[in-house]
Amino acid sequence: MEIIMAVLAGLLFTTGVYNLLQKQLLRIIIGTALISHGAHLFILTMGRLKTGAPPVLTEGVENYTDPLPQALILTSIVISFGVTSLLLVLAYRAAKINGTDNMEQLRGNDYE
Amino acid sequence: MSNLAVLPILLPLLAGIFVAFIHKKTSIVRTVSKLIAIVNLLVVGWVFFQVQQEGSIVLEVGSWSAPFGIVLVGDLLAMTLVLTTNIIAVACVFFAPQSLSDKEESFYFYSFFFILISGVSGAFLTGDLFNLFVFFEVLLMASYGLIVLGNGKAQLRESIKYVLINLFSSMLFVTTIAFLYSVVGTVNMAQVAQRVQEVEQQGVLTTIAILFFFVFATKAAVFPLYYWLPRPYISPNPVVSALFGALLTKVGVYSILRTFTLIFNQEVPLTHTLFIYLAAFTMIFGVVGALSTNNIKLIVAYNIIPAVGFMLMGIGIFTEVSISGTIYYLVHDMIIKGVLFILVGATTYVAGTSDLRKMGGLIHHYPVLGWLMFIASLVLAGIPPFSGFIGKLQLIRGGLGQEEIMIVIVALISSLLILFSMMRIFIRGYWGEKMDIPIPERKKKGSRMAWPAAGLLTLSVLLGVGAELFFPTIESIAQYLMDPEIYIDSVLKE
Repeated sequence: MEIIMAVLAGLLFTTGVYNLLQKQLLRIIIGTALISHGAHLFILTMGRLKTGAPPVLTEGVENYTDPLPQALILTSIVISFGVTSLLLVLAYRAAKINGTDNMEQLRGNDYE
Repeated sequence: MSNLAVLPILLPLLAGIFVAFIHKKTSIVRTVSKLIAIVNLLVVGWVFFQVQQEGSIVLEVGSWSAPFGIVLVGDLLAMTLVLTTNIIAVACVFFAPQSLSDKEESFYFYSFFFILISGVSGAFLTGDLFNLFVFFEVLLMASYGLIVLGNGKAQLRESIKYVLINLFSSMLFVTTIAFLYSVVGTVNMAQVAQRVQEVEQQGVLTTIAILFFFVFATKAAVFPLYYWLPRPYISPNPVVSALFGALLTKVGVYSILRTFTLIFNQEVPLTHTLFIYLAAFTMIFGVVGALSTNNIKLIVAYNIIPAVGFMLMGIGIFTEVSISGTIYYLVHDMIIKGVLFILVGATTYVAGTSDLRKMGGLIHHYPVLGWLMFIASLVLAGIPPFSGFIGKLQLIRGGLGQEEIMIVIVALISSLLILFSMMRIFIRGYWGEKMDIPIPERKKKGSRMAWPAAGLLTLSVLLGVGAELFFPTIESIAQYLMDPEIYIDSVLKE
């Protein structure tokens, strides 16, 4: 199970980076979203996957699920959700005001 | 008593929420923000005093004991930086009404501003790597808001790149934390530091250390990863540039300082030698950037980069003397970058352009601004007796002590070139023939803009002239950092 998760996270990273290197703004944003999903899966895998046991804090229990990675993922998901929505709005405004969503044309050296 | 540690985070956060409710009444929001900023500074000063008298304050949030719950650690290093942050916040809040238009002010500038301060203070105070990430995000979110404030064409264009680079490095940060968690099974910095000494595979940990360094170096703009910095920093409003230049990269430097003195101090020959090389390249490339342009805003923005090089040099040499140099330089640089960005903002405003080739003779109309700029350049370049000198002296003493001659030579040459790049602004912009003032009606506002910078500059000069007053504190922080056991014991209370 851990191997499958690791491969899946790797795939998400690969496609994410591929999308991040595109010129179209929307694709770049999809790329960042995919990378963050990859990172979240990765945290889950790194905390060792176990199924069927509740997280406990009592002494002497052998079979339990580590609650910490899940707490970390939850926080991280909320943050990436917020950043992605902000990025979408920002990209919309930038594309509208600059008249293009192509990163090649969003260069330029004029500064007020 | 230990609840004091949360005040520097909580007060600006609540203030940010509060001023959001009255954001349309510009005059009220200005006064309220100034008041809150000053009160906040006083509170933080008091907490700093408490820490200095009685030692670190450790707050276990929600009474969950240390390795399991979240901890906030208000030690002397964190509190010194939080205090400096709040001093800059006060200067910026007084500069803001002069620099921003009424419309920009009413678009939640003060909310973003206070949340940024809250995030920066939180990043300094947290004792837990995941919360470091969370506070990074808090301050970055506020900075995303600030960078697009004003809605200009160039601003939107540059903000996209800024958001993307920070988002990518944040995701890498989370991934690295996951790696570290799988190796040591904790995210609490003190417990990580303790377990890192016990783990057998040091190779894996060195890899993780380099990944962490990559993340923090992106935020701090160290040599190969500085390309994103100059342009986004000059496109927003001058007050926002001042906040960014003074605070944001310094959080990255602080994180490197903290993690590589506390946690990853096992493979010093490998990691810290790497730091020395990168520091040398950072200084050279930053200075070359500053010399390459005629845009005064860009000159100052590029000057952030060699300063980061100096601080990294101190961490790389890794002796008590050099670490004290790094801390001193960190405090000095936060203040002086605030001053410079405010002054450059004022200069650009009164001259009506940021191109050096189109300026000249400004000192005849704006003597205060001109001389402030002159002194600020000397402080930045580290001319004795100003504060840049003390930090550099300690760094160079540390370098010579460890016989790292090359880095010392690079540091000295780049200091000279920093002075040259700053003097170009003074000679080309302020010196020379008396010219017709481009925009005469801006005169009154232009000199009013200089006051916040003058206040900060006085402090910076005091930091240099009165170094004997401040230096014992800095030195005790360096001693404390070189002995990670004190930190571990104070957090885990064994």
